[in-house]
Order: sequence, then structure tokens, then C-alpha cells
Amino acid sequence: MDTAKKAFTASLPVMAGYFVLGSAFGVLLSDKGYSFVWAFAMSLFIYAGSMQYVAISLLTGGASLISTALMTFMVNLRHLFYGISMLKKYGGTGKYRPYLIFSLTDETYALVVNGAPEGTDEHLYYFLLSLFDHCYWVAGSTIGGLIGAALTFDTTGIDFAMTALFVTIFLEQLLAAEDYFPAVTGVLATVLSLILFGPDAFLIPAMLLISVVLTVYGLLQMKREKTAETDAPAAGREEEER
Amino acid sequence: MMHSALIVAVIALVTALIRFAPFLLFPQDRELPAIVTKLSSLLPSAVIGMLVVYCLKGVKLLSSPHGIPEMVSCAFVVLLHVWKRNTLLSILGGTVLYMILLQLVFA
Repeated sequence: MDTAKKAFTASLPVMAGYFVLGSAFGVLLSDKGYSFVWAFAMSLFIYAGSMQYVAISLLTGGASLISTALMTFMVNLRHLFYGISMLKKYGGTGKYRPYLIFSLTDETYALVVNGAPEGTDEHLYYFLLSLFDHCYWVAGSTIGGLIGAALTFDTTGIDFAMTALFVTIFLEQLLAAEDYFPAVTGVLATVLSLILFGPDAFLIPAMLLISVVLTVYGLLQMKREKTAETDAPAAGREEEER
Repeated sequence: MMHSALIVAVIALVTALIRFAPFLLFPQDRELPAIVTKLSSLLPSAVIGMLVVYCLKGVKLLSSPHGIPEMVSCAFVVLLHVWKRNTLLSILGGTVLYMILLQLVFA
């Protein structure tokens, strides 16, 4: 029960964001003549926010299946990173594992990457958090598809909720970090490729750059740890004890 | 409509493939290569940093309002969060401020 409560509380920011972004997606899709059933099915089975927005133009433009596949690949390739950093945490999650992997969106990743709070059933926590987020997204987009353009409330700017979510999580990680190098690399590499490649094509170069820099950095770190171990085993142990 | 259904199916399939790829590449029963373990601890803060920039990619610094609403709201989120350390409050505060800036101040 406690696990469910903690997972629910953690999911609240995503609830706000997903209801808004999901319903906006449903509204846009129904504007193009696709009923709420489409919004429901897409949110249930694709469950990838920014790609679903791209999908609207693919659908209305009657894109070929090949270009659809390529587009999806480019927009969603960042999910590889999430998988790589969750390999350990999602290992041994048993029956939850397939669903946890399927539902690993940007926002869910940002919530699970820091682990489960103390006193909770870790695997159940991940599962419920993923499930809650998925429900918000499906519910939001279905409602958006149903009410269509009947929305009168001016929601301009409400999508900032997602930016704010990532900013707070980034800040939490900075406050807890002993090593700022990865965080700085992530920001600088992405800004650099945004400047070089523009807002439509920067994500993959940014990912490549981050991968290369962090792999080299990781290898150097491992090498340093190894020499520290072989050169001065006593000093190494002392370091660990402290 | 048939073609639309196929488009949706292809997107769902490719997205799931990308999400499952790392887990298929490195099965649970085998020891992870050391560099992959290393990367899995280095990547998260880099990736969240990337996502922050990704969210702000549409901001145009060269034309009015020069990204001022975004900068002001992000700074507000940071201050509020350092002060109160309450994620919900920081997000709510930042979003409301951003909406006011866009709808009333820079409208």
C-alpha cells in the first residue's frame, strides 16, 4: 500500500504534464478527422509523446511505411540510452520486466532512474509508476480526442510542465552528484549539436557525441581505478573505507 | 484507413524495438561488460541534461521575445526548487509563471 502511495505521489508531476500534452495530442488528431479511438489506440500501443505528434503529420501526409520507420527510428533513438542505464535496475524484475521496458518513456525514465524510495517494494514501485504514467497518457489523449476543439481554456504555455519536470530532476542530480562531468557533457554536447545541426536534426549527433565522450571518460576512469588498485592496493582500500 | 493503421503499427513496432534493444543485446543471465556498467552510471545525468535542452529546442533567441519567458521561468524553477525542494511545487510554480508570461506579458 505504501509502495502504491509513494509511486502515485512521484507520478503527480507527470500526471499534470501527460493530461495536458496527451489531450492536446487528442485534440490535434481529432481535428485531422481521426476519432478518439485512434488517439486511444496510439497512446496505448505507441506510447511515445513526441513521436505521436510527428505521427499526426505522417498520417495526414500518407507517409510510406519505410519513411515512417526511419522517422520513428530518428525521433526515438534516445530511448536506447534509457535502456542502457536501466539494465541493472530492471534486471531480475521478472514478470514486470517486459512492461517496464515497453513503457520506458522520457518522463518515466526520469522518475525511475534515481531508484525506488526506501521502504518500498522496488520492483512493484517501478511497475506502478510506469503504469500510472501510461494511464495518464492514454486517458489524456482519449479525453482530448472526445472533446476535440471544445476546449475554451487558454492552455498556451502549459506544456512547460515537462520542461520544468526535467529541470527539477536535472537539479536533483546535480545536487547529489560528486562528478559534474556527465551532466555538463550532456548539456554542452546537445547545445553544440543544436547550434550545428538545427532543431530538426540535432538529437542523433548529440547522442553520438555524448556516447563517445562518456565512453572515453569511462574507460579512462576504469584505467585509473585499475592502476590505483595494482600500484597501491593499501591506499585503494583506505580510500574505500573513508 | 488501412494505411493509417499500418503507419501506427510500424511506429509502435519500431519504438518497442528501440526500447527492447539494450535488454536483448545484454541479457540478464550474462555478466555486463565493465564499460557498459560504467556507462549506465555516467549516462543518466547526461541524458537528463540532454532532455532539458531538447525541451527548449524551439526557443528562438534572435527574435522577440528572445527566449526571455523560458529563461525567467527556468530560473524561477531552479530557485524555487533549491529553496523548497518540492518537485510538484517547482513544476506548478514554473508552469503558471510561464503561462502568465506568454499569455499576458509577452502576448
